[in-house]
Amino acid sequence: MQQRVQKTEREINRDLLRPNLTLQLRFFVVVGVCATIVAMAGGALAYAIIKGVGVYGVNRPVMWGFIIVNFVFWVGISHAGVMLSAILRLAQAEWRRPATRAAEVLTMFALGTAALHPVLHTGRQWRTLYWVFPYDFGRGIWPDIRSPFVWDPSAIFTYLSGTIMFVFILLVPDIAVLRDRTTGIMHKVYTVAALGWRGNSKQWQLQLLAGILLSALILPVFVSVHSIVSWDFAVAIAVEGWHATIFAPYFVIGAVHSGVASVITFLAILRWVFRWEDYIRPTHFDALARLMVIVATGWFYFLVIDFGMGFYTGEPGEIAVRYAQMGEWPGNMLFIIFITTGYFLPIPLWLLKNVRQSPMLMFWSSLFVNIGMWLERYILIIPSLERKQSLTFTWGHYAPSPIEVMLVIGSFALVTLGLVTFCKFFPIIPMYDVKEGKVLEQVIRIGKINVPAVFREE
Amino acid sequence: MTNKSLLGVFQEVDEAVAAADSLKEKGIDDFEVLSSTPYPEGVFGEKPSHHKLYVFPFIGALLGFSVAILITAGTQMAYPLVTGGKPLLALPSMFIICYEGTMLGAILFTIIGVVFESRLPRLGKLEPYDTKITEGYIGIGVTVPEDDVDKISNLFKEANATDVHVEAT
Repeated sequence: MQQRVQKTEREINRDLLRPNLTLQLRFFVVVGVCATIVAMAGGALAYAIIKGVGVYGVNRPVMWGFIIVNFVFWVGISHAGVMLSAILRLAQAEWRRPATRAAEVLTMFALGTAALHPVLHTGRQWRTLYWVFPYDFGRGIWPDIRSPFVWDPSAIFTYLSGTIMFVFILLVPDIAVLRDRTTGIMHKVYTVAALGWRGNSKQWQLQLLAGILLSALILPVFVSVHSIVSWDFAVAIAVEGWHATIFAPYFVIGAVHSGVASVITFLAILRWVFRWEDYIRPTHFDALARLMVIVATGWFYFLVIDFGMGFYTGEPGEIAVRYAQMGEWPGNMLFIIFITTGYFLPIPLWLLKNVRQSPMLMFWSSLFVNIGMWLERYILIIPSLERKQSLTFTWGHYAPSPIEVMLVIGSFALVTLGLVTFCKFFPIIPMYDVKEGKVLEQVIRIGKINVPAVFREE
Repeated sequence: MTNKSLLGVFQEVDEAVAAADSLKEKGIDDFEVLSSTPYPEGVFGEKPSHHKLYVFPFIGALLGFSVAILITAGTQMAYPLVTGGKPLLALPSMFIICYEGTMLGAILFTIIGVVFESRLPRLGKLEPYDTKITEGYIGIGVTVPEDDVDKISNLFKEANATDVHVEAT
């Protein structure tokens, strides 16, 4: 904690608003590349809509393919964002300050992208409205609330709406700073978005209270969303490998594992691109890595229980699924990559202080985690469906079609596009939070060194 | 007699606190402090503010729960169709959707509460205001009768105000 640089409010504004107030060529390059990929994915989707879902690689018995794997992945990524922000806010952890908004915004775009996937998967997308929303009063067609496919949209809708409102309301004071520093059309836009914020005592009091209240309200939603996603699988009694009571906590902690890793990746990129070494410091990566060691080990425990109990049953169907996941090509190869990148490579690295405090090593190790966690979802979904189940008369294998691959690539481009655009128009590090940290911080001398000390209101 | 709004802009916290103390000595304790940083409550000796934000999530939760009950029970009763051998009003399923509806209502109304209690949105000209506030300066705003404008302006200047703005209320 010794490497802090004291900055004035004017310097904080200058540093953190630089991406918003200056035009940079690299922004247009990244947006151009991402928009092109998204457009190509849009073309793939249009082809799927015209031709039907037969252009996907899914077929009996594997009716859930790459798109559902990717759906679970993005829901997982979306989870740690607000979870991290909410828990750190409630715990009043000082090191949260530069990380919270990046985490929340990552949640927003990852969840928005995830929500598209079931619609991409189903085909005849216009009919999705019938299945999810109770709107067809004329014909009396209502959603079947007993289906997990209605639980899922209700949970995701709540989480997405809550996250967008959470991000916006906590962004208002920083938008006011932008309002005061822009001219022309952008000034008008920021003036409307700032809602007339002046920063009086009552507004600040409510703003801080909103952070705490909304954190407390969003945390239970966060837990519910991935629990409900897990029940998409767990309530399917006929599929070996899925019908497990531990799926809800297993999915939630897996989501936290991949989500916190993605926040680390995002913060490392922000630090590097915007040269925010004074704001996103090695101590922040150190704290996140310590958190990750605990989360990853908790997740690994659930993984071992899931597989271990699967084997312990000795049921032929269950054993066959586990064999497909771990012993048969390509499952065995994917399993080794998954378990290595998801756990056995990063965890020993994160036990080393030099690695924890190195943004570059943290970037790569967190990226590896998400490669592993994507494969985890593949291993969980595909082999279970490939095996013959009771009342299923065919075995089959799944190979993704180019259309599905394009849609998956497009989803990564879409999230990147969202994040880059957000960073261009809004401060991605909450300025007032950083300034508050500065107000509450004093440097005190203990023995021969000066150390930062922080006092806190009740 | 008409009132005027005055805003003294101060570079340092201590200067703003001194100005606030001087206002209190003159019997003016109803002043407003503007800043771009959430200072701990009471730093400037301002009056504590009251709000009813805590009520909003409860109202929202109640409304959200009611709407969710309507969606889950109401729609199934409107077109009774048994699927999967489950009861028409399947409580575990209803619980999930009602839970989400309740939380959504609570979150939505918390946001409405914050906006309402902060007296936002205010889309016209911000009065009194100075863009230096978002550079780290502290603003002390007060509304006084027109006759007292010079007296309060001088008070702000004596406390080392960098600017004093006077606006009609």
